[in-house]
Amino acid sequence: MESLDLAAQSVREINQFFHDLNSSDTREFEIHHPNGAHNIAVGIDAPVKLHIRGHAGYFIAGMNKQSEITINGNVGWSVGENMMSGVIRVNGFASECAGASGHGGLLIIDGDASSRCGISMKGSSIVVGGNVGHMSAFMAQAGYLLICGDADHGLGDSLYEAIIYVRGKIHGLGADAREEPMEDSDYTKVNELLTMAKFNHDPKEFKRVASAKTLYHWSPNSKQFAVL
Amino acid sequence: MNSNQSREESFSYNQKILNYIYQAAETGIYDIRGLGAKRYLPTFDDLIFLTASMSRYPLEGYREKCETKTVIGTRHAKKPIELDIPITIAGMSFGALSANVKEAIGRAATAMGTSTTTGDGGMTQEERQSSKTLVYQVLPSRYGFNPDDLRKADAIEIVVGQGAKPGGGGMLLGLKVGERVAEMRTLPEGIDQRSACRHPDWTGPDDLAIKILELREITDWEIPIYVKIGATRVKDDVKLAVKSGADVVVIDGMQGGTAATQETFIEHAGIPTLPAIRLAVEALQEIDMYGKVQLILSGGIRTGADVAKALALGADAVSLGQAVLMALGCNSPHYVIGDENVDVTNEYQALGTNPGYCHHCHTGRCPVGVTTQLPDLEKRMQPEWGARRLTNYLQTVTMEMTTLTRACGNSNVHHLERENLVALTIEAAAMAKLPLAGTDWIPGEKTL
Amino acid sequence: MCGIVGLFAKNSEMRASLGSHIVPMIVCMGDRGQDSAGLAVFSEQSSKNSRRINLFSRDNSYPWDTLSEKLSQELNCDFNALDNHAVVIASEDPQHVINWLSEHYSELFVLSIGKTIDVYKDIGHPLEIADKYRFNELKGTHCVGHTRMATESAVTPYHSHPFIAGEDLCLVHNGSLSNHHNLRRMLEKRGIPFETDNDTEVVCRFVQWRLQEGDSIEEALQKTFEDVDGFYTLLIGTADRIVLVRDAFACKPALIAETDNYVAIGSEFRTMAHLPGIENAHLYEPKPEEIYSWKV
Repeated sequence: MESLDLAAQSVREINQFFHDLNSSDTREFEIHHPNGAHNIAVGIDAPVKLHIRGHAGYFIAGMNKQSEITINGNVGWSVGENMMSGVIRVNGFASECAGASGHGGLLIIDGDASSRCGISMKGSSIVVGGNVGHMSAFMAQAGYLLICGDADHGLGDSLYEAIIYVRGKIHGLGADAREEPMEDSDYTKVNELLTMAKFNHDPKEFKRVASAKTLYHWSPNSKQFAVL
Repeated sequence: MNSNQSREESFSYNQKILNYIYQAAETGIYDIRGLGAKRYLPTFDDLIFLTASMSRYPLEGYREKCETKTVIGTRHAKKPIELDIPITIAGMSFGALSANVKEAIGRAATAMGTSTTTGDGGMTQEERQSSKTLVYQVLPSRYGFNPDDLRKADAIEIVVGQGAKPGGGGMLLGLKVGERVAEMRTLPEGIDQRSACRHPDWTGPDDLAIKILELREITDWEIPIYVKIGATRVKDDVKLAVKSGADVVVIDGMQGGTAATQETFIEHAGIPTLPAIRLAVEALQEIDMYGKVQLILSGGIRTGADVAKALALGADAVSLGQAVLMALGCNSPHYVIGDENVDVTNEYQALGTNPGYCHHCHTGRCPVGVTTQLPDLEKRMQPEWGARRLTNYLQTVTMEMTTLTRACGNSNVHHLERENLVALTIEAAAMAKLPLAGTDWIPGEKTL
Repeated sequence: MCGIVGLFAKNSEMRASLGSHIVPMIVCMGDRGQDSAGLAVFSEQSSKNSRRINLFSRDNSYPWDTLSEKLSQELNCDFNALDNHAVVIASEDPQHVINWLSEHYSELFVLSIGKTIDVYKDIGHPLEIADKYRFNELKGTHCVGHTRMATESAVTPYHSHPFIAGEDLCLVHNGSLSNHHNLRRMLEKRGIPFETDNDTEVVCRFVQWRLQEGDSIEEALQKTFEDVDGFYTLLIGTADRIVLVRDAFACKPALIAETDNYVAIGSEFRTMAHLPGIENAHLYEPKPEEIYSWKV
């Protein structure tokens, strides 16, 4: 494993290093002393493995393609925002907007995620070991958000086609979100996501939340003034 | 007999308001439309140039050079944008516009040596290929946004708001969310798309500063980052955009257009372009960033005179939206195929409007094939024809701009000054802080 | 738009080194706000009825010595000054001293009055300010600090946070309020005086008003959630407490780190990354419309 050190190099230097890699590079790296710095490992496009040894700041692994990044600590806002592919794993907790607008790939948060987790998701998968904060999966368009713990109010507000699975308590559903019965395909999907995240739960404990789709078209009858 | 009184229209409850109330009562939903503010506003037309005479000597119109080169984004980027003219094309989405239109715009911009901008739906291949200099928008919706396109862009424009609807999010109604648009935006086909009004991953200039750094990091600090603002609290907003790290601030006045939004936004939010530019320049001067951060002005820029006035008031460049669409046929009674003019007045009427009055971009049934996704309509505006029309129009605007510049005795359009202008009305004088023509009076300012 | 920091010491060691720990925190938050900074520090009360009066002069070469002499001879007060800032400690009849100062030294701006509070506010980069006023030497039980990127009002020392409400109460704010003009008018009608046109001052005076009306700090903050609109993370310091709240949208960041020795609060983790024992601290984020409070 090759070591990089933010005590010795800048975020700029380290990011440039990763940007200069061949897009088929598969080496393994670690970065020491992140100390809450922002924008570490953003815009990587190579199937490398990267370990960030400590707590990191905002936008960590933003717009990630192909790489497998693990943060041995907590992250600030918007971890993995707009990720395209690859895997990001946060061992601690993730602050607001975790996985915002992700198009693909998998984001795993071992601890809790704060509010707006999975906001505007566009096809990625997010698996949270703990709880999520309010307004999670707000306007989530596609993909899956799986929550092993509880979800605060406003879950799935203005949801499009993304599907949310919750094991714990739902403290409040957002506008146009509703609980739906779990089908076999849902249990399969939950099992798949749990396996990928290496979490040990019984898929049967999960509930499904999806869009009621009453906001898909402008209509005076669906009391949209309450939400628009 | 009081027969006169029964024939008097109410000023406040005129036909327009009656229709509004009838429609609201019937449908229970607000009116949505395209384009920008149609109401009367003080504009650049209320300013005029003081050109040459005894005290100022003009440059020869055809023989003496008038420089129009413009550099945008010098603050941080390794590769600032170099334009041949200070006239750019504003962000308009593929989705709002057809692919043919995006291609025509790209070609014309390339021919004129200027830039185009993507919109709320991402970058299309047609646009990247046809447009030599392409600005990539980052919007609250992030539809279609991806790092590969980001790395292909020549500049980034973070949209905080736009003049037509400052504080509102994007909108695209079902008929325009066709297969290709739906796929690019990760939406179900035919849905009425409603975008967020705030960005998903940051709120406020202190967090925008970190977002700007993220985008710089991903693009290795090579390209400039613009921040686009709808004109409201212009002074505060421009200063905050600069403090967040913007290389360029784009200020969009209330006349700015949109493909679709609530009418109430278009007509009742945002300030006109005329005071917006003055406020933006003052803001930069107050924090000693004028000239270090560039200003691009948009919102109702239509003519060469508009461009020259915007520059004289301190803009580094302007951006055109609605005028571009009109050059391609928006509101024209006919479209052109080969040598033939095909009249489509009846199609306007089917939409409930007429050529010259239409703002029905939101329906997707544009009779001249500009703001549509329907293939039958789209083919009415062919890229080659459109590119030629738009190039002609931009050329005309450029020539008018340089004509006025030379007549002021300036050899470079960026040397125009506010002292080249006076106002024709009191409102314009107050908004632009220019003297009323023939007087020393600037409303609100102490005279010497 | 700004950065917020707070530090609450749980033992005498931390109290003795409070300043040394807050300096890197506030300097780090200089990235979020470079225009100005402020710090409120709470320490032990000198004597039973004493009051501390913090003063600010815009004059860089203010003749503090003259004032010092007068205060010592005529009013039996302790005094020390550093640069633009001075502290008067009135052990007997503090109200008399306050009146005397406002009568004879109206050119000086009163930053704070209280039993335990000292407040420093100035324009410039937080690093400069921390240096100028020797923050690293400060001792105390808890402190609340702020770095400012000015949104709506001007950049002056008086517009900087923290804002003070009455004695021993200060408030810092990150965010943007949307109904502060109406609230200001309502408060002015009720006789609450304002010092600036800053939106944060409105929240501060609102809390002050509620406390004056007999609310506890919790009740005052519940009322704040109801009546104050916009985006806000608020950090409040009182004589013996630090209190942290976030609005219902919770779009402005905040993080809490707790160990056996301290509670640290900041807008970003970065500000706390250097604190002793941070690797093992319990880190968590405050939830919207919940009141987090620590008492000395």
